[in-house]
Parts: sequence; C-alpha cells; structure tokens
Amino acid sequence: MLDYDFMRTAFVASGVAAVLAGVVGYFLVLRGQTFAGHALSHVGFTGATGALLFGLSPLAGLVGFTLVAGIGMGLFGEKLAERDVAIGMMLSLALGLGLLFLHFYTAAATQAAALLFGNVLGVDSSALLALVALAAVSLGALVSIGRPLVFASLQPELAEARGVPLRFVSAAFLAIVAVTVAECAQIVGVLLVFTLMVGPAAAAMNLTRRLWLGIAASAALALAEAWGGLTLAYNTDWPTSFWITALSGLVFFGATAARRLGEAM
Amino acid sequence: MSALSFDSVTIRLGRRDILSAASFAVREGEFVGMLGANGAGKTTLMRAALGLVPVAGGAIRVLGAPATRGNPAIGYMPQNRGAMAGLRLTGWDVVASAAVGRRFGFAPLDRAARREIDWALDEVGARDLARRSIGELSGGERQRVLLSQALLGRPRLLLLDEPLISLDPAHQKSVVEIARRVCDDLKAAIVFSAHELNPLVNVIDRVLYLGAGSAVLGPVDEVVTGPVLSRLYGAEIEVVRVRDRWFVMAGDVEVEREAHRHDGRHGPAHEHDHGDAHA
Repeated sequence: MLDYDFMRTAFVASGVAAVLAGVVGYFLVLRGQTFAGHALSHVGFTGATGALLFGLSPLAGLVGFTLVAGIGMGLFGEKLAERDVAIGMMLSLALGLGLLFLHFYTAAATQAAALLFGNVLGVDSSALLALVALAAVSLGALVSIGRPLVFASLQPELAEARGVPLRFVSAAFLAIVAVTVAECAQIVGVLLVFTLMVGPAAAAMNLTRRLWLGIAASAALALAEAWGGLTLAYNTDWPTSFWITALSGLVFFGATAARRLGEAM
Repeated sequence: MSALSFDSVTIRLGRRDILSAASFAVREGEFVGMLGANGAGKTTLMRAALGLVPVAGGAIRVLGAPATRGNPAIGYMPQNRGAMAGLRLTGWDVVASAAVGRRFGFAPLDRAARREIDWALDEVGARDLARRSIGELSGGERQRVLLSQALLGRPRLLLLDEPLISLDPAHQKSVVEIARRVCDDLKAAIVFSAHELNPLVNVIDRVLYLGAGSAVLGPVDEVVTGPVLSRLYGAEIEVVRVRDRWFVMAGDVEVEREAHRHDGRHGPAHEHDHGDAHA
C-alpha cells in the first residue's frame, strides 16, 4: 500500500490534518462552538468554488474565506446564543453562493463532489507542503493562546475580570479553527468536517476527565480514524471519507456507551 | 486604608442609574453581606470594583488604589449560572485553568502553581471533590471548588456573587462557614452578595444594603430597620425579628423570600442587570 506515491502523500496529509483537527476540535467542543465550525466549512465551499471559477487554487480560496469568516465571527463577541441565527444565515448564504460559482464553472460535477466529500487521494505534493505548513503555524498559534483560551472557555466572566482579552482570544481561536476546517475539507470534504473535528474530541471527553489527556486522546483518535479509514478504503475500494465517518461514528458511540456503562457500575 | 471604598459613585447602565452618588467603605478583613432587591445592582457593583463597568461619577478605590481590570488583589467568584453542569473535566483542572489563565505562550504548570492550587482546595475542604468531574458535583460541592479559585494568589479582597444561589439550607450553611473561615485565615475582606439575610446574619460583620440608587453599610441592627429599608425599596417595609431570624415584609409579603422564589422559576438572578453590564 505504501509503495504508491499517492498513498504515502495521502497518509501524511490525512495524518497532519487529523492531529490538528483532534486538538483544535477539543477546544471547539469545550467552548460549545461546533456549529460555528460547521458554518465555517460551508463558507469554505464558497471560497473554494470561487477560486476555481477564477482559476486559483481551491485550497487558497478555502483558507482565505474561512479565515476572514472565522475572525469576523470571533470579533462578533462572546454571546453565542444570539449568534446561532446569524451563523445559520451566513451558512446558507455561503452555500448558495458556492452553488452559483459552480453553475458558472464548467467542469462542475467532479470538482463539486471532491469539495463536498473530500478527495484525499488527489492531494499533490505542493498541496501537501501547504497543508503541513498551515498545520504547523496553527498548532504553534494554539499553544501560544492555550492557557487564556482554556480559561476563557471554561469561565469567561472570571477570565474577563482577571484581564484576559476575551475578544482577541476568541477571534484568534476561530482563525485557527478556520485553517483547520480548510485542512479537513481537503481530506473529508466540507460536508464531513464534523467527523474529524467533533467526533474524536467528543469521544475523548467521554473517555477522560483530564484536560491534557483529553486533548492528546482526541488527537490520537482522529489520527487513528484517518489512517484506519485510508487503509480500509485501499482494501475495499470504497470511498475514504465514508470509512473515516464510519470509524468516527463507531468510536464516538462506543466511547459514549463505555462512559454510561462506567457510570452505571 | 479600606479594602473597598466607593466615594459618591454613580454608575449608569443605559439610561438607568444603578447607583447615584453612593458612598461606603469596606474595612480590611471584614465580612460584609450584600443584599438588595433583584436589579438593585449587586453584580454591577462587583463588576465596577473589578474595573469592568465604567463609573459615571465618583471614585472607586480597592486597597487604596483606583479600580482597574485584572487587579490581582481581588479574588472574584462570578455568579454560577449552571454553565458547568454538564462539563466532564475535573475540578482540579478547572481551578488550574484560572491559575495560569492569563499567560500567553507555552506555559506549563510549575510546582509552585500546583502547590498553590492544592492549598486553595484544602482551604475550602475540596481537595477530594476536585478529583471528580465538576459536572457531577452537587451545587454546593461545585460552589466550594469554584470558591477555591477565588483564593488563588491570596487576594486581600474577595467578591463573591451569590454563592448561595439554588443551594439547599445545609449547603448554604457550609458555604457561609467556609467563607467566614477564609476571611479569618487570610485576613481578607469579603463582600458576599445574597438574596436572604438569614443564612448570613450570624457570621457577617456588617451588612451592605442596595436599593433606589443608594447603598447603606453598617451593623445589621442599624441597617435592617423599617425606615432604612423603606427608603431603599421605595415602599413601606416592616422588619420583624423572631429570635435569630429576620423577616423583611412589604405589607404581608416577605420581600426576600419572594425574590428568591422568583429566581427559582426564571433561572438566573440578575439576568437583566448582568446583561446590561455586558452590552
């Protein structure tokens, strides 16, 4: 399997994206912002189709659009409840625009499927380089805002009183989420970003009560699901994204059941 | 020098004056119970002392210095609105998040920080509770864990916003007793806001009553009187004392009890007053 160049590339690309998604996703779940992550992926669809239409790289379009949208959402403020409607509207608007771009772009059908459901086997070496570099920058940024981010996520009022700049932390975090969404979209597509960003993190929270252990577990689970999915896809010739979603779902429901069982005993 | 002083302070939220030219001074090391009707500005007063709400007039001083945001001399416990109810994270990790929460960059917890967290948990008798996940604890247990957070850095002024909310009488008693012990051990002044006087009346040094834009600080039997409270509530108030229990009555309605019941039905207290503060 690893004799093939495209398979080696696919393993590295999905591994990098999965670890990033596992770590960032943990904070996304902790902050209760999974819906914002979902919306960002749809904005990314608009960016990618727009880029295609104007002859640019879809990855550049994805990252550019999600970044702007992410920072915008972060600056909106901390009040989540009122934002749900705004985020939902933005999500539909973005998908609609993406559809329009595809309508004008002639080779629409294959590109649309790749954007919506991912095409990890189609990642070329220049895209791989971009994925690795973006992931490294994002993880570095996440480490540097890590402590204030945890504090602001768990207890925003106390964090504010202690002098944590909530708005900056929130915008910086959503910028990191935006890059992560763009990375995941390359692997599993914009519609299935949840599977790598939320599934492993939510499963990890069911498995441990410790913060750092939870983050590590989330990254490990995401990596295992991505590589497991690739291996299964290679052996069955079924789509990689299907296998990743299947494993992610299995792990999440398994972890939930395990926790319930543990609590009942 | 006083721990917290308000010198003819006016605080305006929107078009409403929460405080107008209110003055009082909390002494160092004293335990003050803060009472007042819903929306009287208890939360806002604390947020102003923390430098989170601007004053429209007057001066707030904390231990002699002007109120500023992020003042390490203040320990603060915000009102708990049940946000932690479903959280699967140990109490220890939650407390630790506050200990290093301001540091950007790679910031591992060093041994001194870990010892400080353990000390704070011991101080409120929550070392064992903190091993469990915060979402699994009962309301009273959770309050104790969260109270330990306010002690990190050994502040000289503690602002505790409604620590008794939605606790049963036994847990109310234990939280109040712990606060009293912390006050004595740390020689820290405490401002403890509450809906009812009775759980606090035997442990506090003085009472701070808010209402109608003013604040009155003094011994319980001088402040909790018909004339003073009638002015603060803007209604005819009668105070009835039966042995150790105090009843604040407006006509035939017990006002503090009503306020409490009101909270139980509609969830968090001071929602409006707090929401304004955020806007």
